[in-house]
Amino acid sequence: MNANGNTLASLAKGQKGTIEAVDASCPQVQRLMTLGLVEGAEVELAGCAIGGDPLEFKLFGCGISLRREQARHFRVSTPGAVE
Amino acid sequence: MVGNPNSGKSTLFNRLTGLRQRIGNYPGVTVERHTGTLHVGDRSVELVDLPGTHGLSPHSYEERIAIDVILGRLADADRPDAILAVVDTTNLYQGLYLVQQLLELEVPIAVALTMSDAAEADGLNVDVERLSEHLGGIPVHPVVATTGRGIEALKATLAQLHAAAAPAHKAAWPELAEAARELIAGAAEDIRRVDAERLLIDGPTESNAATVAALGDRANELVANMQERLFAGEPPLAYEARIRYRWVREVLKDVQQTGKTLVSWRTRLTDFANKPVAGTIGLFLVMAIVFQAVFAWATPLMDLIDAGAAALGVQIHATLGEGALASLLADGIIAGVGSVVIFLPQIVILFLFIILLEDSGYLARAAYLMDRVMRSAGLSGQSIIPMISSFACAVPGIMATRVIPNRRDRIATIIAAPFMTCSARLPVYALLIAAFVPAQRVGFMNLQGLVLFGLYIFGIVMGILTALLLRKTALHGPKPPFALMLPAFRRPNLRTVMLQLLGRVRVFLYRAGTVIFFVAVVVWALAYFPRSDDVDPFIDAQRIEAETSLSGPELDAAIADIENRAAAMQLEQSWLGRAGKFVEPAFEPLGWDWRVSAAVIAGFPAREVVVAVLGTVYAVGDEADDATLSQRLKGAQWPDGRPVFTLPMVIGLLIFYACCLQCAATLAVIRRETNSWRWPAFAWVYMTTIGYLGALAAFQLL
Repeated sequence: MNANGNTLASLAKGQKGTIEAVDASCPQVQRLMTLGLVEGAEVELAGCAIGGDPLEFKLFGCGISLRREQARHFRVSTPGAVE
Repeated sequence: MVGNPNSGKSTLFNRLTGLRQRIGNYPGVTVERHTGTLHVGDRSVELVDLPGTHGLSPHSYEERIAIDVILGRLADADRPDAILAVVDTTNLYQGLYLVQQLLELEVPIAVALTMSDAAEADGLNVDVERLSEHLGGIPVHPVVATTGRGIEALKATLAQLHAAAAPAHKAAWPELAEAARELIAGAAEDIRRVDAERLLIDGPTESNAATVAALGDRANELVANMQERLFAGEPPLAYEARIRYRWVREVLKDVQQTGKTLVSWRTRLTDFANKPVAGTIGLFLVMAIVFQAVFAWATPLMDLIDAGAAALGVQIHATLGEGALASLLADGIIAGVGSVVIFLPQIVILFLFIILLEDSGYLARAAYLMDRVMRSAGLSGQSIIPMISSFACAVPGIMATRVIPNRRDRIATIIAAPFMTCSARLPVYALLIAAFVPAQRVGFMNLQGLVLFGLYIFGIVMGILTALLLRKTALHGPKPPFALMLPAFRRPNLRTVMLQLLGRVRVFLYRAGTVIFFVAVVVWALAYFPRSDDVDPFIDAQRIEAETSLSGPELDAAIADIENRAAAMQLEQSWLGRAGKFVEPAFEPLGWDWRVSAAVIAGFPAREVVVAVLGTVYAVGDEADDATLSQRLKGAQWPDGRPVFTLPMVIGLLIFYACCLQCAATLAVIRRETNSWRWPAFAWVYMTTIGYLGALAAFQLL
């Protein structure tokens, strides 16, 4: 299922990915899931703040910002990646 | 009215209720309660604008209040008869998640799709009828609150809503409803299904204690067993999010078409603000403009208030003479309250800009850009605007901390904010620096400017250290999740901005006003009583002597001098003067004589008052200009002839003023925002102690 081991933190700017698996053990991540970052959601990395952190994502047209360490809890598949 | 944060709920609320609204507080907490009345025909509907929330499981204090009101868990607040769900059309994804939860409450519900014009501009087309079908046939109204489009139809719906049937929505999660029913069947007392459902997801919390009690002794065990069966070891919140967002995605696929996006000013501005470097520079430019406005626009008004207060004082003395009543009115109340009201123009302008930044969506952007920097101070990005605002005045800064969801971060920010060099510190700095720091050049800078700059840096460093220290000790806790929604820019709504501004100014005047009034009267009484009978005959004798030997302008000058000396003599033997002498031993290690000590004590309600009191105590009058006063300060001596104002002593005094929390308004606002006297008391003691130790170190070591 996980062909490339990508997480939200490893997306390139402007790249889209679909969330495949979420490590939900940590309460911080559960909070993010209630904001819609769940399996099946398509997410695009829109940019980052000065110094490369935090990251800004587009989720169904809406901006949401996560710190890099939090973004690592979301594994994504990217279209075009080799299965 | 229930909706996500930034869903345009408040703007819609203001559009629906106009000026027929009241702002209060939920009992025992600092969360504001906005209620208003909507009139449709001969019917009136009571609307409550709840704090924004993303779902029915709370993650912040404000969310908890909103959820407790929705579920009828809050004492003193009735369960709503009907719900108006407010959904941002450009963010249906998160909006529908909340709506789905609300649909299961068995309460009549209608949906308002706000900002439908912005959605059209973004190329989003929503099939409103299909959406209504998915939501069990409930009314769905696209509206534009700023222009009033769709508002009349929405009003008509609201007038009938309480009598409507609960939505016939097919539960997206039948297993949960089934488990809840099972739980209820075994309970000793009646439990509503929704309460049982929330208990299964949230587990036992403070909010659902009543439900737990109704389940009987084995409640915790029952709930744990059923959670295990329902969620198979997964965290319930994650499980709920997965199931509900799956439904949301299916609905979206059916009702929302994305057309061609038009490039609007919104998207262009949003794109620009996103760029890391350009966005950061932009943020500093925005703040520079805010500061320019705060200082430039406020000055004429402040001069006006200053002149007005002075004229009023003169008028009172002219009418009532020189008695105690006249002095109480003129020197106590008008001068004391005036010393704080004079900052009102700055505070109002700063409030206005903060509200504009919040409403336009820029505040979130600033928090995003500055998160990395603020994290090194143990805070998060949301603390940046409160901190920067505090350079003008800590009062709006502290009130702006409401955007910080995490309580520990919020309190750390509140305690750190008063260290920022506010505009009330400037008169003190200006007097002391101009008098005692030589105006020599150091490289390309002036030493005086350098010292002032150093004081600003000192305040920032102390604020950061304080925040770090608090987050490591009293406010120690897990790192809060940083999940910041970044809404696209929008044009702020004038009416909403004005209503919010009015609300904040009112809070400031109410809370700070009473404290300031009280403290001003106390300090005046300390400085006025007891009156000495020896002063007047002495003065009269001097006056007669002057009148016989002098005339014209020389006589006027002599009389003014005599009166100033009389005021100084009265002050010396007043309670304040005695207090100054009483505490002199404590402040002598800092190099302060009783005069400085008394002036510092008098500065308790508002720090810049110290300048006026120094003027009185050094017998140059409380309206003396800096040059006259600093001349006198330079000549001040200890009884043995040593000068009082030496450079180490002055540096110590500057450090003291950089730290100490001599501001009744700030204390009153901290009290309000933390809902206890504990934090303002801590802040006062902490900052005064640091100031004392700093001044001690400077005087002893330099």
